[in-house]
Amino acid sequence: MIENGPNRRALLKAAFALPFVLLRPNWLPRLWAADADGARTGAGRRERLLLLVELHGGNDGLNTLIPYEEAAYYQARPQLAIPRDQVRQLTPKFGIHPALTPLMSLWEGRELAWLHGVGYPRPNRSHFRSIEIWETASDSEQVLDKGWLSRVFEQFPVPARFTAEGVLLGKGDAGPLSGGKTRTIALHDPGQFLQQAGAVKPVSLPTTNRALAHILEVRREISHAAFDLQGRIRQAPPLAINFPASRIGKQLEVAATLIAAQVPVAVIKVTQGSFDTHAGQSAAHHRLLEELAQGLMAFRTAMEKLGVWKDVLVMTYSEFGRRVGENASHGTDHGTAAPHFFMGGQVKGGFYGTPPSLTDLQEGDLKYTLDYRAVYATVIENWWGLPAISFGTGRYRAVDCLA
Amino acid sequence: MNLTFDEARHFLSRIAFGGTPDDIRRVMRLDRATAVAQAVAIPTNKAQTPPPSWIHGLPPSPRERKRWSESERKVFHRMLKADGHELKVWWYRELMATHHPLLERMTLFWHNHFTSSLHKVRWPPFLYQQNVLLRLHALGSFRTLLNFIAKNPAMLLYLDTQTNHKAQPNENFARELFELFTLGEGHYTEQDIKQAARAFTGWHLDLRTGAFRIDLRQHDDGRKEVFGTAGSFEGDDILSLTLEQPQVARYIVGKLWREFISDTPDPGEVDRLAESFRRTKYEIAGLLQDLFLTAQFWAPENRGVLIKSPVELIVGTTRLFNLPIEDIGPQIGSARRLGQDLFDPPNVKGWPGGTRWITTSTLLERTQLLHRAIRGHETGHAHGMADMGQAVGANWLAAEPIDIVQATLLPLAPVQPLITGEERGQAVHQLVLDSVYQLK
Repeated sequence: MIENGPNRRALLKAAFALPFVLLRPNWLPRLWAADADGARTGAGRRERLLLLVELHGGNDGLNTLIPYEEAAYYQARPQLAIPRDQVRQLTPKFGIHPALTPLMSLWEGRELAWLHGVGYPRPNRSHFRSIEIWETASDSEQVLDKGWLSRVFEQFPVPARFTAEGVLLGKGDAGPLSGGKTRTIALHDPGQFLQQAGAVKPVSLPTTNRALAHILEVRREISHAAFDLQGRIRQAPPLAINFPASRIGKQLEVAATLIAAQVPVAVIKVTQGSFDTHAGQSAAHHRLLEELAQGLMAFRTAMEKLGVWKDVLVMTYSEFGRRVGENASHGTDHGTAAPHFFMGGQVKGGFYGTPPSLTDLQEGDLKYTLDYRAVYATVIENWWGLPAISFGTGRYRAVDCLA
Repeated sequence: MNLTFDEARHFLSRIAFGGTPDDIRRVMRLDRATAVAQAVAIPTNKAQTPPPSWIHGLPPSPRERKRWSESERKVFHRMLKADGHELKVWWYRELMATHHPLLERMTLFWHNHFTSSLHKVRWPPFLYQQNVLLRLHALGSFRTLLNFIAKNPAMLLYLDTQTNHKAQPNENFARELFELFTLGEGHYTEQDIKQAARAFTGWHLDLRTGAFRIDLRQHDDGRKEVFGTAGSFEGDDILSLTLEQPQVARYIVGKLWREFISDTPDPGEVDRLAESFRRTKYEIAGLLQDLFLTAQFWAPENRGVLIKSPVELIVGTTRLFNLPIEDIGPQIGSARRLGQDLFDPPNVKGWPGGTRWITTSTLLERTQLLHRAIRGHETGHAHGMADMGQAVGANWLAAEPIDIVQATLLPLAPVQPLITGEERGQAVHQLVLDSVYQLK
């Protein structure tokens, strides 16, 4: 794995000491550093990868990261609050849902960073609009048509040898990777993909017909990806790790397979749903969180075994959290801010930001304390080491939670 | 002036599921106005395929369920799954066999508008009943349809109106009513939603009878303020108040424009059609007639600019090639992998459609599906297109001149031009697998 870590760090330091113009203008300084390392040692060092986990439907943040000391929490949720003795306590104030117990070892190993109160001003409570805001990094009233990662890759293209910018697993769509020239590969099963891709030949034909242009572009992506995946997957070592049979477990297994095969992409996106727990939340939410935690732990084990856990950053997001007070259907309605987490070998475990108040609410909802675009800035600047990008009307400071 | 071959082909690809050369020639005898008038004058609003036997069943009561053993529960879940599948088979058969494709196209449109899913409702008879309702009013009055859908059993369960109580209103239905069913995002406030949700409290489904009723103990009959008007509004009042908003007609017209014309609605035309839609008290057939008579509907630059949905691709190909519909389980599986599982839309917004139908994964699946259709692998019988002439009614593939075959199969010139003198089976294969076949 990263036996050459110190070298890399030294190189990085040097790189950052130079004026920016001397850096390669077009991709991640750290990736270039990594490549240089690879060339030096012949070890073929991996790129830094972002694994996005979309919690589709609006995850109930309050029952994920639980303020178990607060009376207001129990008052607001007579049916749904997790009893204090069942909460897995992380600190004297916060604990996690019992279904997330598998993550305890990560927490103890300080590889899990919780960000409090992630949201944005003038929150929109529509699933579709709010996820669009998250995906495009727009202001609440601003409509943008390009995903935030597409904008990153437009300004800082990935190296030409990359198979694609992103791989999409599961049912979710391209979201943050949509729009522009970003290439994404949607996969269910890599083996089947290769088998089917053989029949698709790329064609180029200038056309003003958007629908046709899109189909032809997808054909080119298939051919390119198939060509690239073919050799890599054949040579990849078997994972030999049992992933849970849940949908998210299977997606994470494919993600691990692609990483093991060293398929060069910048982002892999998995999706778990549905977190839209308007009714009968307790059992459903428990199952969702349990599947998520088990899947992520298997993924982490696979990454450790491959020696690349330090090169992977896992990030969760969701369109919104849920209302503080429960509804009469033993569920919760659409809310606003919610906690999210990063995990990975380079993560500095702990809590970041300020927990939203449970008593100072806005129309029954939490007031956000951390703009979601600060989370993106963390990925862009601290994970990939790219210059800051402005989103919407403001600049957002990265959260110092990565080593 | 009578329609040209290309115009008639375009017309059928948009208002039906496409047509054979004979279908196209029948339309060519008409002028635009007559073709459109005939298309929207559908003599029925019912399906012709016999429904499954269980469509009137009522769900077991919660008390009954509690008494069940683990194995009884398993039997029940298996039954739900089997019935759900049978429901899908039923609608696919109707789609594939109907004499009134526009009626099914509109039923599909409303299914994608007033969504409900087996996944959430968990009682196939309710989904069947909703489908019947959607078809009944598919070209009727949007006002009537909206009023019925708000009290429809599947919808009451799907958007949690069933658990909308006075003490703690559940906003799900009120929100989607404004955001997705009538106004569109940005044309109401959070306050409107909260207030409207109160008017729908106590709107419940009586699970003993399967009928809608208002539970007065759970109903909030107090003052509400919606769209700046205050009163002791009931749910019906909220629906009426909503329909008074001029935005409703614009929203529906815009959506139909994207369905039938292009993904870039003309704002001036949308306003004009919307005004007439409102004036006619939301008569859908009249709106469709107006829509199909716009210059944009017929404009050559709008031909072949829409991507066929999975259902259109599968149903259209089956009808065009007269493929058998006895065993359509595999087609249902294909449609699901292509991102469109009937009666199970991904969420309340329905299928996003457009270019989103085509990803690296679904394009490959589409190719596979068409391969199988052509070769007749799906059923093992010899009725693939390669057996042209033998398949009843699909002999046009062999009998018609190649330029007619191409103009029937494709809305635009193929990406990969045919080589002159190509063997016919090979040529058909190539045209169906051409990217342009995905367009309508």
